[in-house]
Amino acid sequence: MLYRETGQFKTSYAADMAIFPIRQDRIALWGLLIFAFIGIPVMDAFQVWPLRGEYLIRAILIPFLILSLAAVGLNILTGYCGQLSLGSGAFMAIGAYGAYKFGTGVRIPLEIFTIDIPPLPVFWCILLGGVMSAFVGILFGIPSLRIKGLYLAVATLAAQFFFDWVFIRVKWFTNYTSSGSVVAPDLNFFGFFANKPIEKYLVCLVFVTVFALLAKNLVRGNIGRQWMAIRDMDIAAELIGIRPLYAKLSAFAISSFIVGVAGALWAFIYLGAWEPLAFNIDRSFQILFMVIIGGLGSILGSFLGAAFILVLPILLDQVPHALGVPVSVETVSLLVFVVTGALICWLLIVEPHGFARLWSTGKEKLRLWPYPY
Amino acid sequence: MRAPADIDISAGETILSIENVSLSFGGVRAIRDVSFDIKKGEVRAIIGPNGAGKTSMLNVINGFYHPQQGRITFKGQARAKMQPHDAARGGIARTFQNVALFKGMSALDNIMAGRTLKMKRGFLWQLLRVGPALNEEIAHRHRVEEIIDFLEIQAIRKVPVARLPYGLQKRVELGRALAMEPDLLLLDEPMAGMNLEEKEDMSRFIIDVNDHFGTTIALIEHDMGVVMDLSDRVVVLDHGVKIADGTPGEVKSNQNVIDAYLGVAH
Repeated sequence: MLYRETGQFKTSYAADMAIFPIRQDRIALWGLLIFAFIGIPVMDAFQVWPLRGEYLIRAILIPFLILSLAAVGLNILTGYCGQLSLGSGAFMAIGAYGAYKFGTGVRIPLEIFTIDIPPLPVFWCILLGGVMSAFVGILFGIPSLRIKGLYLAVATLAAQFFFDWVFIRVKWFTNYTSSGSVVAPDLNFFGFFANKPIEKYLVCLVFVTVFALLAKNLVRGNIGRQWMAIRDMDIAAELIGIRPLYAKLSAFAISSFIVGVAGALWAFIYLGAWEPLAFNIDRSFQILFMVIIGGLGSILGSFLGAAFILVLPILLDQVPHALGVPVSVETVSLLVFVVTGALICWLLIVEPHGFARLWSTGKEKLRLWPYPY
Repeated sequence: MRAPADIDISAGETILSIENVSLSFGGVRAIRDVSFDIKKGEVRAIIGPNGAGKTSMLNVINGFYHPQQGRITFKGQARAKMQPHDAARGGIARTFQNVALFKGMSALDNIMAGRTLKMKRGFLWQLLRVGPALNEEIAHRHRVEEIIDFLEIQAIRKVPVARLPYGLQKRVELGRALAMEPDLLLLDEPMAGMNLEEKEDMSRFIIDVNDHFGTTIALIEHDMGVVMDLSDRVVVLDHGVKIADGTPGEVKSNQNVIDAYLGVAH
């Protein structure tokens, strides 16, 4: 009964085109944002129950935010523009190593002169990591002008393997450290030092909120319609004047940029010190599954998918312990795999379009409730 | 036959002329040495039995196929090889025989997508979606809503098109083409698979588009009643060859046309 649109009349197109045209959605979103920005830090300061200790923030909230951002990035490419990519791990790695190089200073001796960039502040490093990733994204997006679907996925898979190799073998990227593992510079965001988990969490939250808003703006504007047109019917898209070259490469660029920023955050904030294995093909698959299970072509879905894939196993892990069932740790971790897998199968059978669709059908039903139509 | 009162078609300027166009796919000669023209403001029908090369002809006009021979002049300019999006830029819009809508988008978004060439704000504005970018979006929404009113699809504007019945999908597709404000509108079998009422609606829309917006229309259609009522001039193709060209009355009584449609005793 609470979820009703009745009486909410739109008197302008601007109101009709708002992100959340329904008042209840707006209230819910503001509530969530206030909780995330103010509630959680306050709860952390007073060490209220779920946030007692640092575990929840460090091991769940921070990775959830960063991987959500990566899923938003991939969703732009795969969900909105319809270009299947298995290279997200590589683009995250490029973002991470790009940010690392800019953070420690870039020095490229050329024959005539030397490119010498001093170490930059962390904030700009992260964005520049994204820019590097965008350039590479455009490069690996070029095959998409000729090939589609699974064949394109194989081409992006090439990016994955190539960059796995590059970051292990080309020592320049790791500043010639003997172990190949590198350490992030100090997290100094314009004087705000993110050292404690709650501070790191806030930095991630700001990044994710801003990027999700900008991504949402893009997908409901002209460029987003161009992407979706290319996804749904590329021939008809060309006929209304959309240039496939521009639409596809812009999707690759923007998607890779966001994924690259997520990679930089993952490395700098979540890992702190990392080696190339952190961004191997498992990461690509993980993000792709988030997008598929969350819902292709939905920004909200990216968050739901990330929550499902990342948080569910951790929660399941706690269940036997909480119930007091005496099972060994190995059995539990195996059971978690089994249950998660079964849940994924079940979800894809019930709703192949993912959580986002489930959510929108639910909303429609709720609006008409208690009448069936 | 419909006689437009205000425009004298025969004296009108030519918007598109096809001269000696031939198109073949390997050994199959889809179009052989066909010439005809389309005058500004008219409804020009292209008819013919199955496999006559009608759709191929539209694809040539559209830039999907590049004819091996012949010349195409659109709005006074001879066209070299061009891509479909160039044709769209030049002012040619098109609907398809089997509906080619963007299935995952709402009816409104489909028609908004038709405005893509008219929207000029760059990437950064769209990213922020404030000020000029938002105003532009709203201004185009106004135009799109006019089209939605015209086509009487207000009730379904937010419905994903995949969920719409076929007749309405055809209407949305027409809306998307109209949103481009084209100079030349190509309709590939707009009435295919429709019942009588839907055909009547669609005919009314086509006549209104032609009358009110002055859009030139080239139309492929199999329903002879519709063709004879709507069009100002008809060109008849058979096996890729032009066999007749003229007013509906002339074409109807042309012996070649009757033979092509009914067959001849050998």
